Amino acid sequence: MLGAYLPIIVLVAVAAAFGLGSIILSSLIGQKKPSDVKMSPYECGCDPVGSARERFSIKFYIIAMLFILFDIEAVFLYPWAVLFKRLGMFGLMEMGVFIVILFVGYIYVWKKGALEWE
Amino acid sequence: METIPMPAINFAAVMPETILSVFAMVLLLVNVFVPGKQKAYLAYLSLIGIIAAGVSVFNAWDAPLALREGFNGSVLQDNFSLFFKGIFLVSAALTLLISDQYLNRENCNHGEIYPLILLSTAGMMLMASGTDLMTIFLGLEVLSVSLYVLAGFNRDNVKSNEAGLKYFLLGAFSTGFLLYGMALTYGATGSTKIGSIASFVAQNAAVTANPLFLVGMLLMAVGFSFKIAAAPFHMWTPDVYEGAPTPITAFMSAGPKAAGFAAFIRVMIFAFPTLKADWSDLLWILAVLTMTVGNIIALSQDNIKRMLAYSSIAHAGYALVGFAAGNAEGAAGILFYMLSYAFMNIGAFAIIVLIGKKGEANNNIADFAGLGFRRPVLALLMAIFLFSLAGIPPMVGFVGKFYLFSAAIKSGFIWLAIIGVLNSAASVYYYLRVMVYMYMKDPVEEFDWVKVTPAIALSLLISVAGVMIPGVVPGYLLQLAQKAVLF
Repeated sequence: MLGAYLPIIVLVAVAAAFGLGSIILSSLIGQKKPSDVKMSPYECGCDPVGSARERFSIKFYIIAMLFILFDIEAVFLYPWAVLFKRLGMFGLMEMGVFIVILFVGYIYVWKKGALEWE
Repeated sequence: METIPMPAINFAAVMPETILSVFAMVLLLVNVFVPGKQKAYLAYLSLIGIIAAGVSVFNAWDAPLALREGFNGSVLQDNFSLFFKGIFLVSAALTLLISDQYLNRENCNHGEIYPLILLSTAGMMLMASGTDLMTIFLGLEVLSVSLYVLAGFNRDNVKSNEAGLKYFLLGAFSTGFLLYGMALTYGATGSTKIGSIASFVAQNAAVTANPLFLVGMLLMAVGFSFKIAAAPFHMWTPDVYEGAPTPITAFMSAGPKAAGFAAFIRVMIFAFPTLKADWSDLLWILAVLTMTVGNIIALSQDNIKRMLAYSSIAHAGYALVGFAAGNAEGAAGILFYMLSYAFMNIGAFAIIVLIGKKGEANNNIADFAGLGFRRPVLALLMAIFLFSLAGIPPMVGFVGKFYLFSAAIKSGFIWLAIIGVLNSAASVYYYLRVMVYMYMKDPVEEFDWVKVTPAIALSLLISVAGVMIPGVVPGYLLQLAQKAVLF
């Protein structure tokens, strides 16, 4: 059974050999003419501005967290919609309970002001 | 098109959980829609919810099987879980009564604390009545996630933040152990239902030699040991108990610990009865380690919350003695002990709430100096709770320990009982130390900031009644506990 994994192992080995080989070969036989511009950190072609370790506003985290919550809700709705007819009344009611619970959370978040940017 | 059959739901089996969850959601909305800084009314609304849940627990006692099983057999509201639900409700109610004054003093009177307490109580209940590993896990998560927030609820206090983060990280870590154990058990037996696991093991004796199965059981034991704070998985306890807001510490030491025991007992006794010899030895070692580590480190603590944290580790050890015994008396002893522990510990924490000052100050044992001369009633109550924790006769702590140790002796664990009694004797030192400060040192302060509100007075009254009455006449409660373990 483990034999089935052989191609993957071969692929990993080839990938590692290619990556390591390129670095080693280019450092051995490549030319080195360092200059200020070449040695500076690369940031999408622009000149780097400040450190990357900045503090982000907590608003981003709140929005991201809320997005995940309601995103998951949408994910649950898809399989439910596919099986809607076969689940019948029971499925409708269960989903109703689920949505009501989420809606309570939504109202809470809204009233608490977590959705306001300023 | 054929319809998918509706599973047997039976909401009666999760009635208390449902009531608490609905109340939590309503309170969440009331909190944001009703303006004003005073949030004490939310505590009283929560108490109504707890009383309603208590009524449904009371009514469900001794109900016929058809009313107990729900959700395709993944929830079973038997007397065992009902007894635990009673413990959780008592802890939550006493915590609610002592929290308002503390929250006002610490300037963190956000109304969210009340829904969170209700939700974590609902999680505990689900954990106690879960008969499917997944249900138990779900209950554990509902309980834990609410508690992580509650531990860090005092946002402006660094220690509270530390407690919240530490509890979250170590809790997540221990949940990983538990879940991995459940996954391996599922792999070995093909089911997550506790009943199906037990019958599979009964029919396929060979599985007990399967390393997958044994490691699964072991990892689950590790996960539960984290939750009940048994040594060597106790490292998070002192820091979290010290840093968390005092009423929440009281809650954490009573409710979630009992919930951990409920699920631990359910899994070990129901799913792995054939491995009893194995887990009994394991629990023997855990019990000795937990008692000894908790008691010895508690001896040198100066902060009273930290001291009670180590004492709570030691108390988990005493309960493990009854668990290691593996008989019905031991299980009944744990139920009885967890209930009495809720009374005596939350009572002691209520006094700590009263003595404390803003910014979690005044929490050292030395700060109790002379309390007996300035506030004799409070000092007397504290003495009663501490004597009960130490296991001195007229209080309930003695009765609980007596049943746990006698269960161990009945199962032939005489040495375990002896180690338990020795530990209990050692623990008297650090409880008495507080009393020496209260009664034999001159008062440094006047204790004029100590204001006993009616809510705290009620909580103290219930606690002291819960410590003294079953201490003198334990028969009724003990019969309930014995009835609860007739599975």
